[in-house]
Amino acid sequence: MRIAEKFKQLKAKNEGALIAYICAGDPTPEGTKEYVTALVRGGVDIIELGLPFSDPVADGPTIQAGIQRALDGGMTPDLYFRTVSSLKLHIPLIVMTYYNLIFKRGLEKFVKDCAASGISGIIVPDLPPEESGDLLQICRKNEVDLIYLVAPTTTETRMEHILAEGAGFIYLVARLGVTGARSDVATSTGELIKRVKTATPKAVGFGISTGDQAAQIIHAGADGVIVGSAFVNIIGSGQDVPERLEALAREIKKGVISN
Amino acid sequence: MSQALTSTKFGKYGGQYVPEILMPALLELTDYYEKYKDDAVFNAELDHYLKDFAGRPSPLYLAKNLSKEYGIKIYLKREDLVHGGAHKLNNTLGQGLLAKYMGKKRIIAETGAGQHGTACAMAGACFGVSTEVYMGAKDTVRQRMNVYRMELMGTKVIPVKSGSQTLKDAINEAMRDWVANVETTHYMIGSVVGPHPFPTMVRDFQSVIGKEVRLQILEKEGRFPDSIVACTGGGSNAMGIFHPFVEEDVDLFAVEAGGSGMKTTDKEALHSATLCTGEDGVLHGMRTKVLQNKYGQILESSSIAAGLDYAGVGPELAYLADIGRLKPCYSMDSEALDAFHDLCRFEGIIPALESSHALAYVKKAVASGELGDIVVVNVSGRGDKDLETVMGMRT
Ligand SMILES: Cc1ncc(COP(=O)(O)O)c(C=O)c1O
Repeated sequence: MRIAEKFKQLKAKNEGALIAYICAGDPTPEGTKEYVTALVRGGVDIIELGLPFSDPVADGPTIQAGIQRALDGGMTPDLYFRTVSSLKLHIPLIVMTYYNLIFKRGLEKFVKDCAASGISGIIVPDLPPEESGDLLQICRKNEVDLIYLVAPTTTETRMEHILAEGAGFIYLVARLGVTGARSDVATSTGELIKRVKTATPKAVGFGISTGDQAAQIIHAGADGVIVGSAFVNIIGSGQDVPERLEALAREIKKGVISN
Repeated sequence: MSQALTSTKFGKYGGQYVPEILMPALLELTDYYEKYKDDAVFNAELDHYLKDFAGRPSPLYLAKNLSKEYGIKIYLKREDLVHGGAHKLNNTLGQGLLAKYMGKKRIIAETGAGQHGTACAMAGACFGVSTEVYMGAKDTVRQRMNVYRMELMGTKVIPVKSGSQTLKDAINEAMRDWVANVETTHYMIGSVVGPHPFPTMVRDFQSVIGKEVRLQILEKEGRFPDSIVACTGGGSNAMGIFHPFVEEDVDLFAVEAGGSGMKTTDKEALHSATLCTGEDGVLHGMRTKVLQNKYGQILESSSIAAGLDYAGVGPELAYLADIGRLKPCYSMDSEALDAFHDLCRFEGIIPALESSHALAYVKKAVASGELGDIVVVNVSGRGDKDLETVMGMRT
């Protein structure tokens, strides 16, 4: 399913989107299917499935640990696409990975593999618009959305450029820093939501872990929230993982509906 | 966008592959760097620190005993005599002064051998800026004297326990810190690596080495050398001595660490010879040659010299290697140790294990004649920091 279509459906129901990140292969390739299913049962609208890279500079300790477990468990790009193909989801699926894995596979092959396995969007946290021209063209040709990030430090000129290029949704980085669960909502988040003026849906990530935070962010004008570390923490604990993933998804989903 | 793309690259290498959060900081740093690099006041102040604090110019010394032993006229560029014991201070004084001009309150850095960290600590104390250094936990053990030196100068050393616990992971951690504190903090990268403008800026600050050599060799020989040999981790001492000679008829040799063997597995390389064996990739904000597996996962590198132990290399070196302007080569751990002992015994100079790789290459390359009649070797640092390692190798 295309991302735009999902946001349209949600808008018609007056709901915000819950986008859930977990890392493929954390802690085993088989576990991923079970966990994705649990998240979908909990009401997640879009799945962002990490393809683990050895040097994840934009990630904090929680997701770094998840990535390490996935690599130790044998996850590779080849296995990733096989796993994704077997998921048969009825909601959009996005790959989040670092640029070297895309570069090494070959931009064209990577994007074609995405399209063929049912992936509708790509997020690359270490690829700013300055370097993304080639990938953007290939994505457009293959009807895969290249999702751009904007941050509190993004200047107005850069913002205009990014909003003009961005597809699927715009990923608003809620705070200066790396990924990791927090309990508050940074004041910079509300300001950023106001600064991003676009018809493309806006989803806020980095530091969101509760239904309350999610509700505040939707209330401030976002169309969705992205939650990663809170889910990865559950996977890391190894305790009742599917049940707790589903319960947390349900709690946060309640937050994004309650406006 | 806000910047001409061409200026950020060396051929296809270089660029700015970083999270969006950092882009404005890189553009700001580029603006400041371009504003001050030819500024008379800035340069007068930097020259003052290079001369009276760092002890420059460093001598160019004719190693007469080693020349006789190896059978070629060898000049040593004595960066080992620079304050702190390595070339690293040239860069940290430059960036430290720039950070001061930019009004940054805090400096962060990564370090491998601890030499760059030490040089940061010196610059931090000198300019009165608070300094924190990320260092792989493994390196904090093998270079513990440098940890203590940094602490003496008021720098906080943060051991990095993620990944391979070496330089690559220290860079990751420093970048994560920078992402969180970019508004107040300058990231003082220690080599000609990372996103633009770092490779260009660090090269320019290190070029003082090659500029001095130009004057010194003309005075001593009335001509340029036939060749220049420098060890290469990230490549800052190499680019520093090469850059002023790139347009001249002088052969350039970048000597990497062959480690304990030129072999790799899916996860690690027994060496750090990135220019020699790496493939195109993107790491730490730059496109360059990278040690990686078939999927693009970065390998853990290895070398007896902590300062050479890195899976990437500066993008300008990758470019110069591609166009045939420099020759990438390597020395093994054992060869470097052998050359280390040679310089100690024949010249009374204890070189860093990093620099010993350059000396080792001279020793083995003389026979082929490729170095010509006169070679300049960059002795990038002194070996005091390596004594424990060398003592550990004696059986
Ligand atoms: C003495 C010495 N030489 C060389 C290096 C390698 O760095 P580069 O290749 O940037 O000169 C280091 C790094 O720590 C060093 O301490």
